[in-house]
Amino acid sequence: MARARDLFATVMLSGIYGLLSASFFILMDAADVAFTEAAVGAGIFPLLMLTVLSSVGRYEAAGRRVRYFPLLLMAVLAGGLFAAVVQMPPFGAVDAPSHAHVAQRYILDSPDEIGIPNMVTSVLASYRGFDTLGEVVVIFTAAVGVVVILLGCRPKTPQQSTQALMAEHKVLRIVGKMLIPLILLFGLYVQFHGEYGPGGGFQAGVIFAVGIILYAMLFGLSNAQRVVPLGVLRWLVALGVLIYGSVGLASFLVGGEYLNYSVLASDPVTGQHIGIILIELGVGITVASAMVLIFFAFTRATRSRDELEE
Amino acid sequence: MADYYNYLIVVLLMVVGLYIVMAQGNLVKKLIGLNIFQTSVFIFYISTAKVSGGTAPIVIEGAELYSNPLPQVLILTAIVVGIATMSLALALVLRIKRAYGSVEEEVILEQDKPC
Repeated sequence: MARARDLFATVMLSGIYGLLSASFFILMDAADVAFTEAAVGAGIFPLLMLTVLSSVGRYEAAGRRVRYFPLLLMAVLAGGLFAAVVQMPPFGAVDAPSHAHVAQRYILDSPDEIGIPNMVTSVLASYRGFDTLGEVVVIFTAAVGVVVILLGCRPKTPQQSTQALMAEHKVLRIVGKMLIPLILLFGLYVQFHGEYGPGGGFQAGVIFAVGIILYAMLFGLSNAQRVVPLGVLRWLVALGVLIYGSVGLASFLVGGEYLNYSVLASDPVTGQHIGIILIELGVGITVASAMVLIFFAFTRATRSRDELEE
Repeated sequence: MADYYNYLIVVLLMVVGLYIVMAQGNLVKKLIGLNIFQTSVFIFYISTAKVSGGTAPIVIEGAELYSNPLPQVLILTAIVVGIATMSLALALVLRIKRAYGSVEEEVILEQDKPC
């Protein structure tokens, strides 16, 4: 991968790599992570890369020689890390130190304390809810950054309804038409079933975003923007963070700690349910709209660049 | 050695990713290298979460042993945050292309020389 001169091939390989690592995560019992990686690593990441390639050119400059100093450095680093790794507890050991502390409590007590079967969701949304809030804010900030960088001082071009690139690919369009509702439906299922099976706001957000991005690719950006206008997306990105933050504030006002959902209802377990469903909704809205917004910003930025060159 | 197979692959992916970041001149390729580096850390965390004979951390009847949910939570959010920050980097690459007309490190450094 490192030596291929054709960047298009490199991006395709990295998409395959994303899909492979998703299957690896399934083998490692991490179903939630695998969902996310399949949508991100094999979907959104290569797509964004391809959009960028359409602007920066497909081939990299020729005539670079192999650099020996980094190679030497990497060999030393790899040697050191190999020596460190073999001192770790063997793979899959039950008594590894990482399983000894809080993990025990999550596994043993979360079904009673939170009352939902999926431990990943209860840790993510309840025990470590504050962390997750921070991560949602990071995604929000990144989306704002991309919009500012790419759409902030875009060269002025007349807004024209560009013909969809895929217009002549009939098979792709028909198959896409059939797949998109299913993808969106699956996204909603993952969102609202996240407490019982693998799923939750992050996974649902990326799956939902992939559905809309697929639509934008097959039917053109202008059509997709008629479905979800940029202005609405900007509000949605903020709305998700707002929902998350206000759930925390609500529990604060009722008399508990920030993001302690137990006080939201008379029964602590019901309170946890309400809190988790609400904040997962906030996460889902922010992640989905941030991903779609980022994609739209990239497509618009690269297209106005092309038009400028013509 | 079979006990450490996963971790050895992680180390390999990590140095390959880091090497691409250091040795490649093309900014897009550097980002792909960064992505490989990032994924190696994901694989490392998920590998430490696995317990042999365990099952996915979702309560089901008859399961006694579960894998560790904590690293999975960390990585789940890290993937989504990773793509968000990666897209920020890609946006910067687009702007660099617009400003310098190239995404090759050498060309950019050449233009930045104070004569």
